[in-house]
Amino acid sequence: MASKPSMLDSIRESRVAGLFGGRKAAAQDAAIAAAALRSDRFRQEREGDWKRLEGIVSRIERGRMRSMSDEDLLALPVLYRTVASSLSIARETSLDAATLGYLDGLVQRGWFQVYGPRQSLGTWFARFLGGGWSQAVRGLGIDLVVAFAVMVAGTIAGWLLVAGDPQWYYALFPYGDGDPRVPGASAAVLHGTLFGNAQQDGMSAFAAYLFSHNAQISILAFALGFAFGIPSLMLLIQNTATLGAMLWLYHGQGQLYDLVGWLSVHGTTELYAILLAGGAGLHVGRAMAFPGELSVVEAAGQAGRRAATVMAGVVLMLVIAAMLEGFARQLIDNTPGRLLVGGSMLVFWCAYFFAFRRDPGAAA
Amino acid sequence: MNARIAIPGRRVRTEQGLRARARAQRESRDRVLITPEGIPLHLTLATRSARAGALMIDFIIMGAAMLAATIALAYIAGGVFNLFQKAKDGTAIGHAIEFLFIVWLAVLFLFRNGWFLFFELGARGATPGKRLLGIRVAARSGGRLTAEMVLARNLLRDIELFLPITFLLSVKGDGDMGGAGLAATAWFLIFALFPCFNRDAMRAGDLIAGTWVVEAPKRKLEAAMSAAPAARTAASGGAYRFGEADLAVYGEFELQVLERVLRDNRPEALAAVQAKICAKIGWDPGRGEERAFLEAYYTQLRARLESGMRLGRRKADKFTEGS
Repeated sequence: MASKPSMLDSIRESRVAGLFGGRKAAAQDAAIAAAALRSDRFRQEREGDWKRLEGIVSRIERGRMRSMSDEDLLALPVLYRTVASSLSIARETSLDAATLGYLDGLVQRGWFQVYGPRQSLGTWFARFLGGGWSQAVRGLGIDLVVAFAVMVAGTIAGWLLVAGDPQWYYALFPYGDGDPRVPGASAAVLHGTLFGNAQQDGMSAFAAYLFSHNAQISILAFALGFAFGIPSLMLLIQNTATLGAMLWLYHGQGQLYDLVGWLSVHGTTELYAILLAGGAGLHVGRAMAFPGELSVVEAAGQAGRRAATVMAGVVLMLVIAAMLEGFARQLIDNTPGRLLVGGSMLVFWCAYFFAFRRDPGAAA
Repeated sequence: MNARIAIPGRRVRTEQGLRARARAQRESRDRVLITPEGIPLHLTLATRSARAGALMIDFIIMGAAMLAATIALAYIAGGVFNLFQKAKDGTAIGHAIEFLFIVWLAVLFLFRNGWFLFFELGARGATPGKRLLGIRVAARSGGRLTAEMVLARNLLRDIELFLPITFLLSVKGDGDMGGAGLAATAWFLIFALFPCFNRDAMRAGDLIAGTWVVEAPKRKLEAAMSAAPAARTAASGGAYRFGEADLAVYGEFELQVLERVLRDNRPEALAAVQAKICAKIGWDPGRGEERAFLEAYYTQLRARLESGMRLGRRKADKFTEGS
C-alpha cells in the first residue's frame, strides 16, 4: 500500500500542532504520548534519570565531591545501574545512533566513577604504611629468598675472585683516580677512609645525591625483571661482588670489623632495599616465565602490581639509607656505635616486614 | 549476496568492500569490556599518537613547574651567584642554602614521580595532558582501577623513558657515541616502540600494571531526530507517507548515515541525499522541502527497522536480504 507525497495526513498534523502549543509540563507528557516511535517514548520516559546521572558524574569529575549532597552520592550507584539497564534495552530496541552513543558514553563515565580508584594518594599512603607494604613484601615469597641467596653468592664470588687475582679488584670496584682504596694500601690509609670525616662539607647535599643515585639503581633492578628477571640477578651479583671485593681488601689489613661497622650504618637499610628491589624484579620475571594457569599478561600484571608496592617502599628505604649515610655515618665516629645503629635498623626492618601482620584493609 | 564474496586474490572494490574495511579499521581499536553488572561496555583504545601527545603536554607543564620551583628557590636563596661558594662556608647561611638545595632535589623528585601518580589516582584517571586529549587510564579487567596499578605503570615509566634519556644525554655530552650510546638508544627504542607491537597499544608499564589507555568521550544528549515536529509535518502543511516497499530498500547503516546528514544539516547534502533516495524508490524529489522529506523518511524507516528488531529481524544495510 504505497502512498504518495501528495497524500496528506491532516488529522494527525492538527493534533500535533495543538499539543506542542500547550504548557511545558503538559507538553512533555503530550510529547511522550505523541512520539511516533516506541523507542522515543522509551527515551523520553527515562531522560530525567540520564540527565541526573550526567550531572552527578560531571561534578565528581570536576573534583567537587565534597560539595555534593548525600542524596546525590547515594543515588549514584542506583542511577548508574538504571542507565546501564537503559543502555542494554536501547541496544536491542532503538536505532537512534545519537542516543545510543550518548548512553554508551554516560555508562562508561559512570562506570569509571563507580568502579574508579577509591583512594586518593594520601589514603593509599596511609594504608601502605599500615600493613600494605609489609604484606606485599611477604607476598614475594620464594623470590626474596632467591634474591638473598644470589646476593650472598655474589659477595662470596667477589671475595674469591679478588683473593685469587687482585687485578679483579679494578674490574669490580668503581675505581676513581686518587681513590686510596686499592690493593696494597696500608692499614693506616684504609683506616683513614673509614673515620674522621665528620667535618666534611655539604654532607646533606651529598646524602640527597646518593639517594637519587641509589633510587635509580634499585628501580633499574626492579624494571629489569621485565626481561624474565635475569638482568635483575646480574645487577644483584655485580653490586654484591663489589661489596665482596671491598671486604677482602679491608680484611687483608685487619680492618674488616671497622669496615663492617662503617657499611652497616646505612648498608643494612640500603642492601635490604636492593634485596627487595631484586626480589621484586625476580618476582615479575618469574611470573612471566612461569605464568601457571594464568595468561602471561595476567600473571605479569598480578606480580607487577605487588612488586610495584614493594618498590614504592624501596624508594622510601633509600631515602632513609641516604640520610643515614650522609649524616649518621659521618657523625658517629666509632665502630660499636655504627654497628648499633646499623643493627637496630636491620632488626627494625625485619620486624616491620615479617612480624607486623596487620590487614591493610582494616587500617582505613 | 553470496555471489559478492570475492575470490581470493581478486578483490573487488565494491562499495560494500570499502565499507567493511572502514569498519574493520574503526573496530580494531574497539574493545568490549564486561562490567560487573554484566553489561558489555564499548571502549575505544586511545591512539598511539594521542598518547604521545599527552605525554609531551605533561612534560611541558612539568618542565614549566620545575623551572618555576627552581627560580623560586633560587630567589629565596638570594640569587644564584656565589651560591656554591656560600654552601661550603659552613656558616648559618651555608646551611640554609644547603637545605634549600635538598628541598630542590626533593621537589624535582616529587615532580618526576608524583605528577602522574597524583593525577591518575584522581576522579578522571588522567593527567592534564591526557585530559586535554580526552583519554584516560582504565583497568583492563573491567574492575576497579587500583592505586597499585597506577603505581606500577608509572614506576615502569622511569625505566622506559627517564633512565635511557638521561643516559643518552650524558653520553652525548662526551661527544662519543660508543657502544654505551648505542645500547641506550636500543633500550629507548625497544620501550618507546613497545606499544606498536601489541594489539592493545600497551606500553611496558601498562602490561605490568594490567591497565590500558582508552578514549573518554563526553557526549551531549541530542534531540531525537524522529521527535522533531517537522518529521511529521512538511512546510507546505502536508506529511509524507512511505509504503512498505519504499522503506524496505534501506537498512540500519543507511539509517545512521541519514541521521548524521540530518544532524549536520547542510542544505547541499540534504538535497543530494533526497535525490538519491527518490531515485531509488522512484519518487519525484520536491524542491524546498528536503529536510521535511528526509525527517519523515528517517522516522518511518526507523519505525520499520525497530519493529523488525523487536521481532528479531535485523537488516544491517541495503545489501542484506530484507525481511
